[in-house]
Amino acid sequence: MSTTTEATIQELAAQKYKYGFSTDILMEEFPKGLSEDIVRLISAKKGEPTWLLEWRLKSYHAWLKMEEPEWARVHHPPIDYDDLYYYAAPAKPVPKSLDEVDPELLKTYEKLGIPLNERAALAGVAVDAVFDSVSVATTFRDTLAKAGVIFCPISEAVKEHPELVRQYLGSVVPAGDNYFAALNSAVFSDGSFVFIPKGVRCPMELSTYFRINARNTGQFERTLIIAEDGASVSYLEGCTAPMRDENQLHAAVVELVAMDEAKIKYSTVQNWYPGDAEGKGGIYNFVTKRGACRGKNSKISWTQVETGSAITWKYPSCILQGDGSVGEFYSVAVTNNRQQADTGTKMIHIGKNTTSTIISKGISAGHSNNTYRGLVKIMPGASGARNFTQCDSLLIGDQCGAHTVPYIENRNASAKVEHEATTSKIAEDQLFYCRSRGLSEEDAVGLIVNGFCKDVLKELPMEFAVEAQKLLAVSLEGSVG
Amino acid sequence: MNALPTRKLEAWRYTDMRPLSAISFGEPPAVSATPELPDLPYPRMVFLNGALNTALSTSFAFAKPYAPFAVRGAQPMVLINAEHAKGGINIEIPAGQDAGELLLVSQASGAAPFAFHPRHRVKLGQGAKLTLIQLDKGEGTYWQNVVFEIEVEAGAKFQHFRLQQEGTEAFNTTTIHADIAGDAAYEHFTLTLGAKISRTEIEANLLGQTALAHLNAAQLLGGTQHGDFTTIIRHKAPNCPSRQTVKSVLAGRARGVFQGKIEVDQIAQKTDGYQMSQALLLSPEAEMDIKPELQIFADDVKCSHGATIGALDEEQVFYLRSRGIPEADARQILIRAFIEEALEPVAHDASKALFEDVLDSWWGRQ
Repeated sequence: MSTTTEATIQELAAQKYKYGFSTDILMEEFPKGLSEDIVRLISAKKGEPTWLLEWRLKSYHAWLKMEEPEWARVHHPPIDYDDLYYYAAPAKPVPKSLDEVDPELLKTYEKLGIPLNERAALAGVAVDAVFDSVSVATTFRDTLAKAGVIFCPISEAVKEHPELVRQYLGSVVPAGDNYFAALNSAVFSDGSFVFIPKGVRCPMELSTYFRINARNTGQFERTLIIAEDGASVSYLEGCTAPMRDENQLHAAVVELVAMDEAKIKYSTVQNWYPGDAEGKGGIYNFVTKRGACRGKNSKISWTQVETGSAITWKYPSCILQGDGSVGEFYSVAVTNNRQQADTGTKMIHIGKNTTSTIISKGISAGHSNNTYRGLVKIMPGASGARNFTQCDSLLIGDQCGAHTVPYIENRNASAKVEHEATTSKIAEDQLFYCRSRGLSEEDAVGLIVNGFCKDVLKELPMEFAVEAQKLLAVSLEGSVG
Repeated sequence: MNALPTRKLEAWRYTDMRPLSAISFGEPPAVSATPELPDLPYPRMVFLNGALNTALSTSFAFAKPYAPFAVRGAQPMVLINAEHAKGGINIEIPAGQDAGELLLVSQASGAAPFAFHPRHRVKLGQGAKLTLIQLDKGEGTYWQNVVFEIEVEAGAKFQHFRLQQEGTEAFNTTTIHADIAGDAAYEHFTLTLGAKISRTEIEANLLGQTALAHLNAAQLLGGTQHGDFTTIIRHKAPNCPSRQTVKSVLAGRARGVFQGKIEVDQIAQKTDGYQMSQALLLSPEAEMDIKPELQIFADDVKCSHGATIGALDEEQVFYLRSRGIPEADARQILIRAFIEEALEPVAHDASKALFEDVLDSWWGRQ
């Protein structure tokens, strides 16, 4: 780091005490780059307790000693971690109305059937100018509060429920777990905190989409969901519409904890900007997602539809610790143009009679590469464990790649593990049949791809499922004909 | 010596060579005892501690004197072999010639640990045929590190059957490169029963249309044995089939590994790749690790792989016992039935009888 930058930081740090560091303007002047001082600044800015600052610093020092992983089948120019903003980037001019938004983007919204008033919000038009959902959000909050459910930004939870955050944060994904998780732990911006108390069935599906006050969680999102004994919750993340975002690197961490008989269903639809047809400018989505089934008969279910991002590096996993616990992973990953996806899951069977199901559907088109990478590990104590894995790949065009890299490790004779994988293309006769019924080639491909993904799409909550089907068709546009 | 691979290398993540690196291996001693050879009426080449024994060998018309040849690939074991190789077979079958069978025997024994690094070369001209029956046996602590360079020209057919019965203190690492031209076939079967740690690594390149690679294996391991079967099949031409069936039966504290990669180049349309890996765990301490991998760059392909790991079905055992079959026999019958599919490429009666003989008695010895 140059002495000038150091001087700037010192200056800023000094200012903090002078003015309280509270105005937006100061926030925007946060310098680029990462150092211990920046971590301290982020923590101070959020008014965090000492233990959290220490945890961030521990993560930062762990990160410094780590190397960026190279095992994934993704290629990108080296990331200059000193050229990034770790708190909030200086604001760029936002469109004032829909008229200023890229017409291509609007066309996509139309195809997806996104309500008119939401389009503006998604396109990044200043929110208060668009629609007022505060009343909606308030209604939801009341209902949740009555049930005893805590659903708030994690920064708020740190202040209001510090004992819970302290107990669970980093308990599933430790500070030094992997390169990107360590980076996230050091500088995480914000994210969701969900706590479902004993025996409570969350009265509604929780969605980040409705958490209006925390819309901009930034590039280092941190999510923590805890379901106590007998509790259950369904959490929806993301949105089918392409999101406007200025940050190229996203390194999120999601931790789930399920106690006895608890159930967590986590659904994601990811459609970040994939870059242009040449792959320039797309988002790097390096995410660590892990759930711990700590209690007996607990269940964690991941469902994901991944269509966006230039690079996706993501392995939602389950640690099946409680006896009889269940892990599920349902995934559709679509890559087109120059996109690269390396995604899959890990199922670690520790408890007795634990079961896991993995259904993964990969679709590659254009010049893209789509990899399924997964691990099924049966520990010696996991008697009666059961796993079923199915990975299917579909190739559209002869310039793309589809790869499958499963790891299966079994150390218990009474466990039963099954894995099957296939690769194929869209059959000419299927295409011909649809075409002879008057469907355009693109519609026909959309229909066939939706059929290919049905096993996964049916796991999505209703409203997501409908949008996801349209999304698949839109993502594959231009890949045929 | 070139460095031994460590588990940090992706290709070696399941096979730990540290027990081998802890031993200092000397030069192979001279052998005085005459080994027991199978009673098969074929020409034979017999190697004792890695050296060709002319008295025990018979003449084979297509055998040439050993000549060191350049090795391909940079796998750690290949580099070590290149450094130390002193002998091996060098076979060239002329075009159109059916060379029948050849027996390749390696027998090892010695008091102090020793190592030898055979380097074999087999080339089949256009339309030629050869069946190679390879037997690895021995006792004591030794390390046999084999490299096989195989070239199968257009329309030729090479059947390669291996029975690895090294002593349980021995180490066996075998690396095979096979180039297979259009319409040619490489049919391989390895039966692994011996060695403390063994690894068979096969790289098969399908270079012309309708070239076939059939790489099957069965490993039956007990005690603290470790067996690794690793394959890479590269589809570099259109219309090629590849077949793999790998069966592992693990008793005691044995550990089995299968890593199988199928690579399909962009040009290799109409590829038909099939791979099946199944394992039976017969004891609570046994372990099986499987990594089947597909890397596909062509769209009009049919590639599938399957993997299962489980125990013997107790209901099937019960069924046989209820018919009056003693428990040990019932288990033997089910294990044999489980292995059967892997023996498919062994379309050669004498070889099949050889394998069946050792398979039938394996469970009884556990």
